[in-house]
Amino acid sequence: MTVLSIKDLNVTFSTEGGRLHALKDVSFDVPERRIVGVVGESGCGKSTLINAILGLLADNGRVDAGSITFEGEDLTRLGPARMQELRGQRISTVFQDPMGALNPVLSVGRQMRNIQYRSGRSRSEKDARSEAMLRQVRIPDAQAALARYPHEFSGGMRQRVAIAMALMMRPALLIADEPTTALDATLEVATIELLRELQQDIACSVLFISHHLGVIAELCDDVVVMYAGEVVERGTTRQVFHTPRHPYARRLLECDPARQSGRTRHLPTIPGEIPDLRQRPPGCVFATRCDQRVDACDKVPPDVAVETGHVARCVLAEAR
Amino acid sequence: MSRILEIRDVEVTFEVGPLMRRRSILGVAGVSFDLHSGETFAIVGESGSGKTTLACAINGLQGISAGSIRFDEHRIDTLGARSMKPLRRRMSMMFQDPVGSLSPRMKVGNLIAEPFRIHGIVDKNPSVEVPRLLSLVGLTPEFADRYPHQLSGGQARRVGVARAIALDPDLIIADEPTAGLDVSVQGEVLNLLNDLRERLGLAMIIITHNLHVVHHVADRMAVMYLGRFVEVGDTDEIFRAPRHPYTAALLSANPEPDPDKARDRIALPAEVPSLLARPAGCEFHSRCPWVAARCMSEVPEFVQSETRKVACHTPLEPGARPPELEVTQ
Repeated sequence: MTVLSIKDLNVTFSTEGGRLHALKDVSFDVPERRIVGVVGESGCGKSTLINAILGLLADNGRVDAGSITFEGEDLTRLGPARMQELRGQRISTVFQDPMGALNPVLSVGRQMRNIQYRSGRSRSEKDARSEAMLRQVRIPDAQAALARYPHEFSGGMRQRVAIAMALMMRPALLIADEPTTALDATLEVATIELLRELQQDIACSVLFISHHLGVIAELCDDVVVMYAGEVVERGTTRQVFHTPRHPYARRLLECDPARQSGRTRHLPTIPGEIPDLRQRPPGCVFATRCDQRVDACDKVPPDVAVETGHVARCVLAEAR
Repeated sequence: MSRILEIRDVEVTFEVGPLMRRRSILGVAGVSFDLHSGETFAIVGESGSGKTTLACAINGLQGISAGSIRFDEHRIDTLGARSMKPLRRRMSMMFQDPVGSLSPRMKVGNLIAEPFRIHGIVDKNPSVEVPRLLSLVGLTPEFADRYPHQLSGGQARRVGVARAIALDPDLIIADEPTAGLDVSVQGEVLNLLNDLRERLGLAMIIITHNLHVVHHVADRMAVMYLGRFVEVGDTDEIFRAPRHPYTAALLSANPEPDPDKARDRIALPAEVPSLLARPAGCEFHSRCPWVAARCMSEVPEFVQSETRKVACHTPLEPGARPPELEVTQ
């Protein structure tokens, strides 16, 4: 079963310099009960992707083509009222900065009660559920915590409160956008372990956005590698991390300082810049920076299925 | 190597709470270290551990309440803004957010020329200096006409580096120089800083929570916890054999980009104590897997060897495992 299925999604923004093609022919699935990681450099379209799913694209952005199917409904065709119903109930989000997601002037308990406005339960039932949820994310003294305000929690705890709130309504899909970036390594590991545990308990799917390859390798079942608004490679985490088939994915993995076993003063990089998305090259979008470029790269590259579930958008993936 | 910076027992306090119940908290609680020219020193620790506060204290953006800071043998913590100014041009700071630390209304060329204006340097011609600095950080002269919003994160970071090196400083303090950058751009920025350090003989302090970065760029490192250094020493040695339990836990927690890597982790309770209620004794005891009775009452002194300082009653032996064997796989 697939919870979220994105097919040939194209998103553009109108800007002063012309139409900016932010997502181009993006396709991937988030299967039931799987954690799917999205990696890519800043500006590769990760945030646009989230906003497109949530129906929160900026006014100058629009979905030009393609579909986002969530539990049988195409989100690109839904009206604002229906989207409002889905957000927070069936699809919820955790962001990088928990303080930005929590209301500073309301107690945590009040905010958690508000989330349950549709449940039809009594106030004390709601509070009992909130308390149980806080206990599940290991907030000590959960009952007293309900009366506290967001600023009274430490950074790691705040993020766990935000996770508790996001999972309160047992959504089918949790979108986590760099949720551990602001935490140190011990808290980061504790948070991703907690996420996995809750995901199994609630039996939801997770779309996990990060540029930390180590966290992705550890948490995710599947990976989607994005570059300049395109999905250049996708597959299981093992397939992509052990046998990357797109040159960009391979270079990205090589560049991680964690992959350099010996200590080096000179870290590997990918020379060049992301092309201007207002003037996309006609062929492969990575060709200008690719060290394996061939003539065929001037044409639109095919999505090559190299193995079951492992797809790379590169002409060379076929030949090998 | 000459000593460029001498930090001794520095404390920074903040006043918090409502007027009648005002309390002071220690953001930085007695930090000492030396830095020599040409050396890179990394400070790691979780957010809120006092890394940025310490950096701001060193370059005078934050007053200190105890201790001393000497820069090139000048005592600088007692200097007023006027007498600090000539020294400040010799130390520069790169702030966390690469785009946010550039004024959105100024062009790159002006941003890079700004340090010369601020310090009244007239013997250098900006129209020569700006292209020179841009090329030093690997940008073409055309970038001088761009505004910050027209730059990518990596380019904005390079402009930040150009500003930081504009006045030939002796010391650069880089606060999370690679936060928010992707691995490939991160490598470029670190390589750039490293080249400049070698070519210009700079001393550098890098503040980060990315341990992989520390391993590759820093000669020495300090691990900070609740405003204190708990372990200081040679980076290679610390990575090989951490002696403070917090360092050991941090290094074991470092996620690595290999889905099949066996993970032998030291699990820590996720409850970080509040600075308002510092634990008695060793401040790490509430999370330490090796905790013993004396840790709860006695404050540990630094155990010092030639290349290492550890604030722990019973520093770890190489490869030590937590006693309860609470190992997560």
